[in-house]
Amino acid sequence: MKKPEFKKEIRLSGSGGQGLITAGIILARAAVLDKAIVTQTQSYGPESRGGASRADVIISNTEFYFPEATHFDILLTLTQEAYDKYSENLKDDGILIADNTYVKTITLQYSEIYELPFTEIAAEKLKSSLPANILALAFLVRKTKIVSESSLKKAIKSFIKPRYVDLNLKALKLGFKLADEYESDL
Amino acid sequence: MAKIPQKIIHNYLRHRKQFPHVWCPGCSNGIILGAIIRAIDELKYERDDVAMISGIGCSSRMPVYVDFNTLHTLHGRALAYATGVKMFKPEMKVIVITGDGDATAIGGNHFIHACRRNIDLTTIVVNNNIYGMTGGQYSPTTPTGDIATTSPYGNIDPVFDICKLALGAGATFVARTTAYHVIEAQSFIKQALEHKGFSIVEIMSACPVIYGRLNKKGDAPAMMREMKENALPLEKFDELAPEEKQGKYIRGIFKQEIFPEYTEKYAELVASLQRE
Amino acid sequence: MAKKEIKKNHQEMTLMQGNEAIARGALTAGLNFYAGYPITPSTEIAEILSAELPKRGGVFIQMEDEIAGISAVIGASLAGAKAMTATSGPGFSLMLEGIGFAKMAETPCVVVNVMRGGPSTGLPTSPSQSDIMQSRWGNHGDAPAIVLYPNSVKESFELTIRAINLAEKYRTCVVLLTDEVLAHMREMVELPDFKNIRIIDRIKPTIPPEWYRHYDENPKYRTPLASYGEGYRFHVTGLAHDLYGFPTNKADEIEIMMKRLRKKITHHIKDLVQIESFRMEDATTAIFAAGITSRAAKAAVKLARKSGKRVGLLRPLTIWPFPDEAVRKLLGSKKTVIVPELNQGQLSLEVKRVLGGIWNYENRKTRKIIEVRKTNGELITPVEILNAIKEVK
Repeated sequence: MKKPEFKKEIRLSGSGGQGLITAGIILARAAVLDKAIVTQTQSYGPESRGGASRADVIISNTEFYFPEATHFDILLTLTQEAYDKYSENLKDDGILIADNTYVKTITLQYSEIYELPFTEIAAEKLKSSLPANILALAFLVRKTKIVSESSLKKAIKSFIKPRYVDLNLKALKLGFKLADEYESDL
Repeated sequence: MAKIPQKIIHNYLRHRKQFPHVWCPGCSNGIILGAIIRAIDELKYERDDVAMISGIGCSSRMPVYVDFNTLHTLHGRALAYATGVKMFKPEMKVIVITGDGDATAIGGNHFIHACRRNIDLTTIVVNNNIYGMTGGQYSPTTPTGDIATTSPYGNIDPVFDICKLALGAGATFVARTTAYHVIEAQSFIKQALEHKGFSIVEIMSACPVIYGRLNKKGDAPAMMREMKENALPLEKFDELAPEEKQGKYIRGIFKQEIFPEYTEKYAELVASLQRE
Repeated sequence: MAKKEIKKNHQEMTLMQGNEAIARGALTAGLNFYAGYPITPSTEIAEILSAELPKRGGVFIQMEDEIAGISAVIGASLAGAKAMTATSGPGFSLMLEGIGFAKMAETPCVVVNVMRGGPSTGLPTSPSQSDIMQSRWGNHGDAPAIVLYPNSVKESFELTIRAINLAEKYRTCVVLLTDEVLAHMREMVELPDFKNIRIIDRIKPTIPPEWYRHYDENPKYRTPLASYGEGYRFHVTGLAHDLYGFPTNKADEIEIMMKRLRKKITHHIKDLVQIESFRMEDATTAIFAAGITSRAAKAAVKLARKSGKRVGLLRPLTIWPFPDEAVRKLLGSKKTVIVPELNQGQLSLEVKRVLGGIWNYENRKTRKIIEVRKTNGELITPVEILNAIKEVK
């Protein structure tokens, strides 16, 4: 029996230095472990810190050609600028996840919107804002089930530098917890 | 008087290459090429192990005439090509022939970086103070005030001291002599070839047909005489009063130092990685 | 029946970046020399090779500029290396004199040009396809070019091997074009079984040195190539030269040299030109696109087909020599040809050149070429090509 066609476009956006490309690579690696067909592309300014930055991941069960996300099923925005720039192309039935440490104004309506101060939470609970990317990614994965959580964990372990793995696994756990609690808030 | 061993030179020339050569009557290039050949002959290098690599210019035509592995490259780039040859075949003796314009104008960047790496190349800079091949434009070593076809009112540029440039950039063997001091040239070249590291011998060369004529320097013998009188060993140069130093310059070995050589350092890196 | 026992191959699915695939492909092809200068978006190639080459006994050297990079590559190749460099538009411009030398001196080497937005410093971190013409006509003098352009990470791996193979086979500088998106994107790659990859090495002379001619005549224009230090003691120059490599001004000798430079490409068009044809059989509208843009085109074909439009795609994997015959045969009969590209119309100029001759004679009023151009640093999307398809009556 032929499986129904499945294709999800995910954009992780914010500014350089927030670890979005790292998050994109980890998400793509997790998708590979799930045996999906995947591409990961990125766009960033000439400066590696501070400029606008985004990573796209497309996950599918059938072959596709164009590697960049154009109409997103899932959009993560870590800055207001990224939200303003990309929210228009989030599908009507898409999922928006915004870091309201920086994203203060959400103007459009989507089927699912999650707002959490990932950067603040990371700084407070993990004593570093660096793993905010993994925190948000873990939240995203538990909410959307876009990849399996075991694959995500494996991808983090294999990609992150050994001395940062523990910190990022803590972020992963916390991200999952935030996702569960968020639901109970509703 | 020393006997010039013509037979040796003849043995190293390519018989398939049709002569006459491209150089003008009175040009020093032939003398310098002779000195290089005799130095190699005395060192008993296998011809197969010698690569002679040049850029563009009159002196850069040398490789075509001699029976080695020869490469006539682009203007200024000889040292970069030579770096490729040497890195891939470090066992080869790589000699770079370049001129004042080739080495210090268009090829200046490659020159300073080859010095800095201390890669085992022997560079002969034939300095005739002019761009001869293109007909006499001023080079970075044309003396200030001299006439060239592009400085008809006298050159206003300050000049490069090629040896000082090489010293500053990190070359580990630096010497200067002239085409008149041919026995010394041969000896310097020999020492440069045996030196492990980046070696440079600047050889002052007479260009009577272009530079000489533009600046009323007389014929080839007159220009040779001028080199004889103006190029002095350091001790003699130091004895002169400041006003006597005008137009005079130092010949001799300025530096001869052992410093880690680039291809050896690379080989060490490879060996350490392969041990792992 | 031991023969039938097929060894389990070690094919592996990995998520790989385009630039990494180029570095891996080069190593697979036997690359043992890399010299270059850092430039975005090509730098990962140098970074990976700086780690890998010394481990394998090969040479990596970072030079003082791109000119030195290509120069060292040519020098190493003459000494027997399989040599490569990688750069982007501005660096490629600097390398062109050296690329011309490699072609003239018939010295194998590969230059990877990861295209970024221009002109000038332009958009270092954005894609473009604006060096299509530079890679063909950039160097002074007139010599043909072999230029390849993949459209996926896997193909980046494969075409790098092919580029090195072709360089060795035809004794010339082969250019591999890619673009910033292709270079930085990660994709699943199933690396081919290494046993099945064909690696071509230069032909070595077997004759005694005194008979050796570095540019000897050969009916297939494939002349054996000695290396420095092997006893052949040949001369190499960028000047016009005779069969030995010695400079010449004689018209008859120059004629032979120029003919060889041209013929070794034109005589082997079938070996050099690679195309992909996608749903072209019944198509009335054809898209002609290369590299990253061809992926948008393929997606557009799929979308258009869903709404009943008969659209196909012709993609050149070899940009130069240009696939004249395929364009003539496969596009000549179509009513409309759409050429999307990230420049101001470089590929479409070639399509017009080839089709112009045919279309002038038959129905030229009812046929047209639609250009979709973009030079703002963003990709052409499937929807933009679809809009062009919708324009077709």
